Amino acid sequence: MLDSGDPFVRFKNVQKSYDGETLVVKDLNLDIAAGEFVTMLGPSGSGKTTCLMMLAGFETATHGDIELGGRPINNIPPHKRGIGMVFQNYALFPHLTVAENLAFPLKVRKMSAAEVEDKVAKVLDMVQMRAFGDRKPAQLSGGQQQRIALARALVFEPDLVLMDEPLGALDKQLREHMQYEIKHIHESLGVTVVYVTHDQSEALTMSNRIAVFDDGVIQQLADPVTLYEKPENAFVAQFIGENNRLMGTVKDIAKGVASVELDNGDMVKALAVNVAGEGERSLLSVRPERCIVTPNKTRGMSALNGRIEELIYLGDHIRCRMNVAGDDEFIVKVPNTSGQLGLQIGAEVFVGWETDDCRALDYRS
Amino acid sequence: MSEISTTPLTAADGTPLKKKLAQAMFRSRVRAVGLVLPLLGFVLASFVFPILALMWQGVYNDTFERLMPNLTEELRIWDGVSEPTEEMYALLVLDLKQNRADRTIGKVASRVNQELSGTRSLFTSTARKAEKIEPPYRESLVKIKKKWGKLEVWQAMKLTNESLTPGYYATSLDKRYTVDQGFIERDKKRQIYTKLFIRTLFISGSVMFLCLLLGYPVAYLLATLPLKYSNLLMIMVLLPFWTSLLVRTTAWIAILQSQGVVNDLLVWVGITADDSRFSLIYNMTGTIIAMTHILLPFMILPLYSVMKTIPPSYMRAARSLGATPTLAFIRVYMPQTVPGIGAGGLLVFILAIGYYITPALVGGQDGQLISNMIAYHMQKSLNWSLAAALGGILLGGVLVLYWAYDRIIGIDNMKLG
Repeated sequence: MLDSGDPFVRFKNVQKSYDGETLVVKDLNLDIAAGEFVTMLGPSGSGKTTCLMMLAGFETATHGDIELGGRPINNIPPHKRGIGMVFQNYALFPHLTVAENLAFPLKVRKMSAAEVEDKVAKVLDMVQMRAFGDRKPAQLSGGQQQRIALARALVFEPDLVLMDEPLGALDKQLREHMQYEIKHIHESLGVTVVYVTHDQSEALTMSNRIAVFDDGVIQQLADPVTLYEKPENAFVAQFIGENNRLMGTVKDIAKGVASVELDNGDMVKALAVNVAGEGERSLLSVRPERCIVTPNKTRGMSALNGRIEELIYLGDHIRCRMNVAGDDEFIVKVPNTSGQLGLQIGAEVFVGWETDDCRALDYRS
Repeated sequence: MSEISTTPLTAADGTPLKKKLAQAMFRSRVRAVGLVLPLLGFVLASFVFPILALMWQGVYNDTFERLMPNLTEELRIWDGVSEPTEEMYALLVLDLKQNRADRTIGKVASRVNQELSGTRSLFTSTARKAEKIEPPYRESLVKIKKKWGKLEVWQAMKLTNESLTPGYYATSLDKRYTVDQGFIERDKKRQIYTKLFIRTLFISGSVMFLCLLLGYPVAYLLATLPLKYSNLLMIMVLLPFWTSLLVRTTAWIAILQSQGVVNDLLVWVGITADDSRFSLIYNMTGTIIAMTHILLPFMILPLYSVMKTIPPSYMRAARSLGATPTLAFIRVYMPQTVPGIGAGGLLVFILAIGYYITPALVGGQDGQLISNMIAYHMQKSLNWSLAAALGGILLGGVLVLYWAYDRIIGIDNMKLG
């Protein structure tokens, strides 16, 4: 077994270029511990799938090392890496039955017929698809195919399973259900999972840690709570969850708190997370659920004038679009508690938040 | 599960739902039929009807019955083994006279000659003298030609007298249909058709196999190469389609003949001596080479269209599950191309067994196919009925192939591009 201190998967200064002109992956360093569930999250073209394919062996790294269990695997062909993989379109072999699909990796490993049968039955039980062994993949629904694809990637008991947007083709409800199922299988088997998705709620639900990719670089690597609560830069703040943006210039930084002059002249205090220094432009990020709408200023809170532009009733909360500091896309989620329904379109109110909830980040237009 | 109701469903106004549906569909059906009617008429008139008419000729030829009306009835009653009666000879003379006068004796003579060769001149020369023949007719006829006394001539006439006859199909299979013994084997020396059918199947099979062997890798490249290369390759595959069949076939003559490019090259390299050049054309080799080249696109295109639909992730999945590239190809990729192999193979095979121009030009003696024999009977021997019978067997073979393909792979799986 591995030393618990050593990472199970390690990307060391990995670079990847397809055309020799641009880098799709720029100097990637990522350590993944055994048993961890790590998600690579990012928009399309951010390099996350390329990283997964390099780990699986279908792409070669242009520079740098990839290690698996302490061994460099750059020169090991995919079929010798022993990594399970779930593909976006499931890639179940259409000419084989479900049971034959599951038996494929076992037969390739020359296991005895009895052993194969035993393992296939067990893995079918695990995904609750016992009765479907004789069906062809085309006779299964999308969710069922997804389970079989998952079972096939796990049946030969790999230490590492890669998943390339496996839930992308499912409808919303099924997708959420499968998220929990994959999470539970991961927890019960203790297998290491590297998961690629562009869906941030999927990443938040399932992962131990999330690596947010953009432009071939990991923008932030953190657990879901940290990532949501404490985004380190403007890209992460915008990509994960909803986010109100206010532009301004840093006037003063003291004890980690920046005083920022907004473009309309209002002064706001914000946590200085990622600002270049005094006099530099900065983007302030406030989550909509951390704002409150009040008729009066509250002591100890930052507050700005705002006018209610639009109210959308969503049952558990009311989505209130406001014009704040010249930005009419400022959203506040007002909890649907009694007494809040007095909001009126066009009303002039204050919008406030705790200083800790407003993060001054790098400037991105 | 919905419950099965015992009473038929009705629409809101009380009419049975099925009737209502039929009414609603009627207009659109009429329009659909109207749209296809011109083409349907054209196909019926120019394709279906001529084929059926010709097929009918393969089992029905009323030349004798029509032109020898007096003898017909007596021949039908005759048992075919006893001596022909004097009355039959009298009626024969009567019909010969009439045919001589109508100038139709040639047709009758050709028809009987198909059953028993060497009887053509018997009829034509006797008919010339028919006016002067006096009773007793048997004696006079035998005096003119001794053959008239022979039973086999009368048996041949009895056979040709039956308009609806299995005789042509029997001939096509190197059998003889006789009055007294039913179907019997033909003389070994005169058995040519079964050998020709077998050769046709062999050549078509070889061509199909070679096309698959040569076409599969090309189709694979076409389906997997980046677009800019695969487009170029596709043009090269399609190029033969834009060139005349005759040009391509004659090009092979220039390449393969004994003083041609290939033999020159082989002599130059030293593989063969100048005085023992390979005979690559005007034999079966020439037919197979030229037909393989011409039919190759018909194999590549169906294969390509099937391979195009196989996402690369299948191969990746197989490899991630531990299969070597070779094993992944054999176990995962190839089985999925079976519909393409089936479609391409069937297409090439069916086109090959009916091939005519290429074997006629480069086939020589032993590179001829059954279609060349059909053409011979249509154009030279003018035995259309035999041509129809040979064609009928060919058509039957193709239909059996279709049926077998449908049973094994399913015609729905066929993709032709």
